[in-house]
Amino acid sequence: MQTISTDVLVIGGGATGSGVLRDLAMRGMRAILVEKGDLTHGTTGRYHGLLHSGGRYVTKDPQSANECARENAILRRIMPHCIEDTSGFFVITPWDDPDYGDLFMANCRKTGVPVGELPLAEMHRRERVLNPQISRAFEVADAAADSFLAAHTNVLAAREYGAQVFTYHTLIALLRVGDQVVGAVVEDLRTGERKQIDSACVLNATGAWAGKVAALAGVKVTVLPGKGTLVAMNHRMVNTVINRCKMPADGDIIVPVHSVAVIGTTDTFVPDPDFYGIEAEEVQFMLDEGEKLIPGFKQYRALRAWAGVRPLYKDQDVANDRDLSRTYKLLDHAQRDGVEGIISLVGGKWTTYRLMAEDAANLIAQRLGNTQPCRTAEEVMPAPPFERRDTGNHADGPSLHWLGKPLAAIEQTQAYNDLICECELVTRSRLQTAMASGASNLDDLRRMVRVGMGPCQGGWCIYRSSALLYEEHSANADFSIEYANAALLHFLQERWRGLTPVLWGDQLRQARLDELIFAGLLGIHRLRDHARQGGGLVTPE
Amino acid sequence: MGHLEDSLDQCIKCNVCMTACPVAAVSEDFPGPKVVGPQAQRFRHADQPIPDASVDYCSGCRVCNEVCPTGVRIAEINARARAALVAAQGQPLRNRIIARAGLVGRLSSGPHAPLLNIGLGLRPVRWAMEHVIQIHRDAPLPAASRHTFRHWFHQRGQRHGLRQIVYYHGCSTQYYEPWVGQAAVAVLEHNGFEVIVPDQKCCGLPLLSNGDFVNAKRYHVYNVAQLLPYVRQGIPVVGTSTSCTLTIKEEAPELLDLASQEVADVAAHTYDIFEFLRSLADQGELRTDFRAIRRTLPYHPPCQLRAHRIGVPVLDVLGLIPGLRIVESQAACCGIAGTYGLKREKYPIAMAVGEPLFQFIRTSGSELALCDSETCRWQISHATGIRTKHPIEILAEAYGLYPS
Repeated sequence: MQTISTDVLVIGGGATGSGVLRDLAMRGMRAILVEKGDLTHGTTGRYHGLLHSGGRYVTKDPQSANECARENAILRRIMPHCIEDTSGFFVITPWDDPDYGDLFMANCRKTGVPVGELPLAEMHRRERVLNPQISRAFEVADAAADSFLAAHTNVLAAREYGAQVFTYHTLIALLRVGDQVVGAVVEDLRTGERKQIDSACVLNATGAWAGKVAALAGVKVTVLPGKGTLVAMNHRMVNTVINRCKMPADGDIIVPVHSVAVIGTTDTFVPDPDFYGIEAEEVQFMLDEGEKLIPGFKQYRALRAWAGVRPLYKDQDVANDRDLSRTYKLLDHAQRDGVEGIISLVGGKWTTYRLMAEDAANLIAQRLGNTQPCRTAEEVMPAPPFERRDTGNHADGPSLHWLGKPLAAIEQTQAYNDLICECELVTRSRLQTAMASGASNLDDLRRMVRVGMGPCQGGWCIYRSSALLYEEHSANADFSIEYANAALLHFLQERWRGLTPVLWGDQLRQARLDELIFAGLLGIHRLRDHARQGGGLVTPE
Repeated sequence: MGHLEDSLDQCIKCNVCMTACPVAAVSEDFPGPKVVGPQAQRFRHADQPIPDASVDYCSGCRVCNEVCPTGVRIAEINARARAALVAAQGQPLRNRIIARAGLVGRLSSGPHAPLLNIGLGLRPVRWAMEHVIQIHRDAPLPAASRHTFRHWFHQRGQRHGLRQIVYYHGCSTQYYEPWVGQAAVAVLEHNGFEVIVPDQKCCGLPLLSNGDFVNAKRYHVYNVAQLLPYVRQGIPVVGTSTSCTLTIKEEAPELLDLASQEVADVAAHTYDIFEFLRSLADQGELRTDFRAIRRTLPYHPPCQLRAHRIGVPVLDVLGLIPGLRIVESQAACCGIAGTYGLKREKYPIAMAVGEPLFQFIRTSGSELALCDSETCRWQISHATGIRTKHPIEILAEAYGLYPS
């Protein structure tokens, strides 16, 4: 077994882990990150993509609100390519307490969340689909964020400072000598080979899985996995984040992100973050709530539904998950449990990932005798090579996010015939660039370039992408077409999971056509006999 | 919801429109109906710059709408996107001229028309036009008429009949082909109608298809005001131009978001003339005192007629004429699409689009072809050298009314 030695082992390739990795590397510490799937494969890649202004938390969780407001400004500066500057509205609908508006404004001011009341005419001019019965509107600095791109960006920056990243490496054991955690054994899911990583410190940044990881070190951490279900709609029917102006509840946010609008979310306790379903009632409930913000919302085509599991840290008993603090906790297990060499970073939210990382890196630096200050808030990060550069505004247009940018790029180069994914405008060359920068299956490519995320949900692009995947690897004589076949089956299965909760109307018709393509025309049911895991791909059944 | 653009939700990317589109089949400049329609529409925002100019290569023939199995309003999505382009970037001089069919017609027709027609027939003139205003030197331009249709109609004086009917002649009959209107009036009067020709402007279709929605709306509102008093009295409106009647029935109200009861009433009582004559025939009210015409004639139902979704009433009505055999073209489109094929950069596309139709006409062996739409007639005659008439002219001939 290969043994590697490092200063810090970060477990978990979500927003938190990749943020900590960058911070540590910038301070000159040697750091390795391991992730059992692709980056953001856990919760980070399954949230609505909201860069919080803080407005949502001003009343219930003032500390989180303040943290969000400060971090919001920082993230816009250090990773502009990950942020769509949409702005955000908080609106009072006939279903909301009209008195909450004044309280909301006052609490925004108290918590340092920039806010302004928006004349209703101005609100309707900017977002004409909003409910005409909305009685008040407030504007805040919400934005849409690409959490996957952000994690990659952090990792890319960390690598430039010497950090190492092992994705598709699962944690087998934490090595403990007496009361000291001294490293871990991980397994490469691509090859089945195991590595021992010796480290002075282990950071458990596994979110909803933090309890499971801590248990490997014999430490008890209680994280309540709170499932949040989200539905992506076919249109970006608003270009502004729309929040209900009320105490946070289910289905009260619509986030425009890339080419879609996402409505979220629910909050249901699930016993195990790896096993949960999406219920029809949840989807129905959110569409009903969407209708209150945008009349006719339910008639739009729903593309797919998915859920992420929030890592809510439970310190004491509270009645409701929503009442758990959305701020984070850094658990120093040496102090808390008498186990040295391991720290857990739990709770929090995407918007505050950098702050959480700074806190964790401060503690680690102190333990390791590193005196370098945190510089993550100042240095602007580079964009990964596969980035589509579709965020940003139009030179002559409004200052906010320009929806048409990806199409303008295709138009400019007349690359229409080169589109592999037509819905999301992914060209062959972009897909090839993404493959070259490392993809272990087609679902990774989806996260990188959005292939298969549009209305047809991969119906037309995924068999093409499978062929390109094979082409990419075919220089390697050992690469069997059966590996590409396994990737195709894996992707279809993943998409199908997201489609089943929204199978009605247009999406049902689409699914029927996709079924005819794959089952009728391409005989996908016979492919199972010609599919096999391997070739450096990870395609769990 | 309920906007045309929202019909993009119904697109399942099936490519049926891509295989049927006559423009995409012959041009690299047009990525295809699905691509510029529902696919691109997801990336267009009402208040933001239109990112793609390729949509301007849509000819607006509506073949895509016709074949779409899920009811996406592709042609309308494209027309709106083009209008947004025009609103943002303005209209080239050429389009501003050709979109004003009424104005151009008014300036062209009259005593000076023969001179103008000779001028437009001169190669150097057309060369200059191509370079100055980007109208292709070979594009079919109609010959202006010395006398307008309305001049003829008013000269002959009002004739009374048992029932009244309003005739919407449109620009082509008024300024270029008054004989089409004369034939229509003759046929209607022969069937006992008193024909009323109210004041009217261009239907606005050339403006709509060139993206000038502002002026198109002015025209439509004017026409509705003129036609409404008759419609309210239960008097139907018929037209010989399938594109004008389609515009009044459907295109203008939909594209321009004109939802008033007045607009809807006029739309509901406007008919293509053969649609109207067929309904007379169905009720046994159409006179059948036809002379036999022993000929076989090729007939092209224009795209605009197909968009009416009324079948092919010309076949039904002309089928009543003894001896006459009509062979229907199965070609998708003649290519001209109103003003599309006049444009310097689009003329070659239009000619390539029409080639299957031209082949059909050429190989028919006939010296005469039939088509309901004026610009299609000009295109067919231009490409094949074969004279092309409106079917109403044949019907008038069968009644022995024409040429009078």
